[in-house]
Amino acid sequence: MIGVLEFPGSNCDYDVLRALQDVVKTEARMVFFKNQDLSDLDGLVVPGGFSYGDHLRAGAIAAKMEVMDKVKVLAAQSKPVLGICNGFQILCESGLLPGALTRNTSMKFICKWVKLEVQNSTSAFTNLYKKGEIVNMPIAHGEGRYFCDDNTLKELKKNNQIAFAYNGENPNGSVENIAGVCNREGNVLGLMPHPERSSEKLLGGEDGRRIFEAMVNHIKSKK
Amino acid sequence: MIKRPNVSLSDGEIELARKRLGREPNDIEWAMLDVMWSEHCCYKSSRKWLKLFPVDGKNVLLGVGDDCGVVKFDDRWGIAIGMESHNHPSAIEPVAGAATGIGGIVRDVLSKGAKPIACIDSLRLGDIKHDERSKYLFENIVKGIADYGNTIGIPTIGGEAEFDKSFNKNPLVNVVCIGLVDKDRIVHGSAPVAGDTMMLVGSKTGRDGIHGVTFASEELSGSSEEASRPAVQIEDPFSEKLLIDSFVEIFQTDAVRGCKDLGGGGFTCATSEIVHKGGKGALIDIDKIHLREPNMELWEIILSETQERMMLIVKKGCEGEVEKILDKWDVPHARIGVVTEGDRYIIKHNDKVIVNMPTHMLAEGPLFDRKAEPIPKRVIVKPKIKDLKKHLISLLKDPNMASKKWIYEQYDNEVQARTVIKPGQDGSVTRITDKEGAVLGTGCNSHHCALDPYGGAKGALAEAVRNVIAVGGEPLAIVDCLNFGNPEKPRAFWQFKTAAEGLAEAAKAFEIPVVSGNVSFYNESEGKPINPSPIVTVLGKVALDRTMTMGIKDEGDDIILIGETKPELGESPKVSLESEKKVDWMMLRLIENQSVGAAHDLSKGGLGVGLALMAFKRDIGFDVDISKMAEGIPEAEKLFSESHGRFVVVTKYAKGVLDAAEKYGVKAQVIGKTGGDKLSYGPFSVSLKEAKKAWENGLEDLII
Repeated sequence: MIGVLEFPGSNCDYDVLRALQDVVKTEARMVFFKNQDLSDLDGLVVPGGFSYGDHLRAGAIAAKMEVMDKVKVLAAQSKPVLGICNGFQILCESGLLPGALTRNTSMKFICKWVKLEVQNSTSAFTNLYKKGEIVNMPIAHGEGRYFCDDNTLKELKKNNQIAFAYNGENPNGSVENIAGVCNREGNVLGLMPHPERSSEKLLGGEDGRRIFEAMVNHIKSKK
Repeated sequence: MIKRPNVSLSDGEIELARKRLGREPNDIEWAMLDVMWSEHCCYKSSRKWLKLFPVDGKNVLLGVGDDCGVVKFDDRWGIAIGMESHNHPSAIEPVAGAATGIGGIVRDVLSKGAKPIACIDSLRLGDIKHDERSKYLFENIVKGIADYGNTIGIPTIGGEAEFDKSFNKNPLVNVVCIGLVDKDRIVHGSAPVAGDTMMLVGSKTGRDGIHGVTFASEELSGSSEEASRPAVQIEDPFSEKLLIDSFVEIFQTDAVRGCKDLGGGGFTCATSEIVHKGGKGALIDIDKIHLREPNMELWEIILSETQERMMLIVKKGCEGEVEKILDKWDVPHARIGVVTEGDRYIIKHNDKVIVNMPTHMLAEGPLFDRKAEPIPKRVIVKPKIKDLKKHLISLLKDPNMASKKWIYEQYDNEVQARTVIKPGQDGSVTRITDKEGAVLGTGCNSHHCALDPYGGAKGALAEAVRNVIAVGGEPLAIVDCLNFGNPEKPRAFWQFKTAAEGLAEAAKAFEIPVVSGNVSFYNESEGKPINPSPIVTVLGKVALDRTMTMGIKDEGDDIILIGETKPELGESPKVSLESEKKVDWMMLRLIENQSVGAAHDLSKGGLGVGLALMAFKRDIGFDVDISKMAEGIPEAEKLFSESHGRFVVVTKYAKGVLDAAEKYGVKAQVIGKTGGDKLSYGPFSVSLKEAKKAWENGLEDLII
């Protein structure tokens, strides 16, 4: 069972639920942020949106909610935790992933399809891609410019934690074109592009689906 | 002699109010009448003419008269659809004005028990090439739409924008929202059962947006920006998002009897109209309303247009069930009154009656028969086009025709994972079921409408229909937003009246019902009216395996021009509804049986611009020869005339298309083939790359 964590202001929650249930055909349920028991979950997705209206900083308030302690427990149990867009921001704000996401250099919200280079093909989410493969997914964010200090960047590279990098155009000014990073263990991934919007051909492409499929495979292999 | 009350009503209306009430209204009652009898709330100038529209049809589940319409989509789903303007607020405070425009129409759709699933916007902006203020308004209107729409998780899947100096001080922001509702669970804006609880839900009432509707019912003036700022509402998209999520949950229960958004006219309008619609009255305790700040005056509470508020009529005994869901989402709520038998609208404060009026007096404002004076036809000056190639490039660069990417890339157009045909095509498609989608197409050439409001309005609908057809959709319903000048001026009123007649005639001919709409008058600033803009949106339906797009997909296909090109350059082109219908029906069949690989409706910039846009999508050029088409008219007319009733299609089955055209009695002609890296028109050609660059950067270059 995969959970989709819903904060006030999450808006890609049902899109992720649909991708899991109807496209990848796996068991999934919504997890409202208040008073929840996560012990039945084999994995969790923190979806995109504007949790708490992006007040203060994108993801900053959600990251302080009690439920995030339980998410940290899941991650520590080596269960896969995926953060998409605002979910990525929340995972960074809560310390589950290194770095931070700041305003796009254009200072504008950007919604478009971009090319991504797969740099890590071994994590729980990216092992169905080939290293160096170029895939298409859409972005939709105002604060997606990934930033970290030089030491962190060195660590990220050394540990193969840069999962996806923008290929060609860098849409938001991210350092080293970074679009997604994972933790050292490879069971926590955050990315700005939306795999749930690129899981069906009808919606413009299906490159994103393999992230969910890899997640499901990973869960099965653990059982 | 009784003192004249401090209201914007006319002397006649003031007398009428006294007569209807049978006594002198008190200050609060006057303030409420001022709001409810404003043009914005009671459509006193327009109502008579809106009756011309065809409003019934087998697919109409909820027609005009509620906050938005509901159209039958299939055996399970209804589509709630509404359209609204937020012009004056956007002229004063572009970010807040545009944002609250989205918020309002989204709540209208939500109030029908529907989950809002998509928006499109029609914008009319000033001359951004020369006017700094227009540029500022443009950038910030787009920002307002983006900030709000993105946050509430409703994709903006399409729209259109025009630029003209008549909109310099008075831009137009028209928004369409659609929502998905179980067709057996539509909620009405009505309170038909006495004893039900009136629950005010959402943001705390504050001092913003006071007198919003009376401000919207006056011309803008030089001092408006300072004086009218308090009339503009403040947006809070996060609160709106919580309203949406909690209401979607509440509507799954059976606790709700009726629902209405607090929009223009705020509390006064929502409470009086909802009980009036149910043939009932209201007893309200104003002290129960949750307020943003202490010491608010009673009239401020009553007139406030604080956003993100809803009026729920909850069945007696079910209040707790509703409140539990609202508490889950941390949405504020208050039981402020009860629905009562009879026709009295009563407000109490400290247990004393402070307002006591017949409900119908508030909800049924006066009706006017405004004078209309025709504007003499302008003499048409045909533009002199010396260099066809240069002219084409200048058109592609013109903000009216250039790529609108700069706008729509700021909008999240894919959230909810439904958007099948995205912005940048003739129409937009959003998935409703696994097999079928809803289509939105819009139209209105405000320049044509300025030259001929009657023909321009017909053309607006014809274009909106073509935009739906071009992506494969079958039209189901119309919504409109009629943006005009000061109705008290006979010439401006004539523009409105004659446009309404044109739109009504066209809707009847197409046999598509008008299910909802909005009229925005007083779009003038410093005495100058805008180009009249009857903006029309058509909702359609398409099978998801039969959608169509405009881009040329393969080399070596035949290009066919469908419909008749007339020498109408510089004019308001004439619409022949009969031939328009024939062309539309044929196109729908051709797309349905997969005879064509690309289809595009011709409008702004005619064939010259239309063909170029088809080439830009996948960087495949074409080689056509315009010398053979529409013989006897000048080349410039062939390329740039904006004649209605035309499409360009790309096909591998030219014979089949031509045979169909003959059968339908429609003009069709093979004009060339696809392929190459040039746009070749016959008399001249231009490199695809160069032309595309002009088109792609046209708008952006004016902003940066």
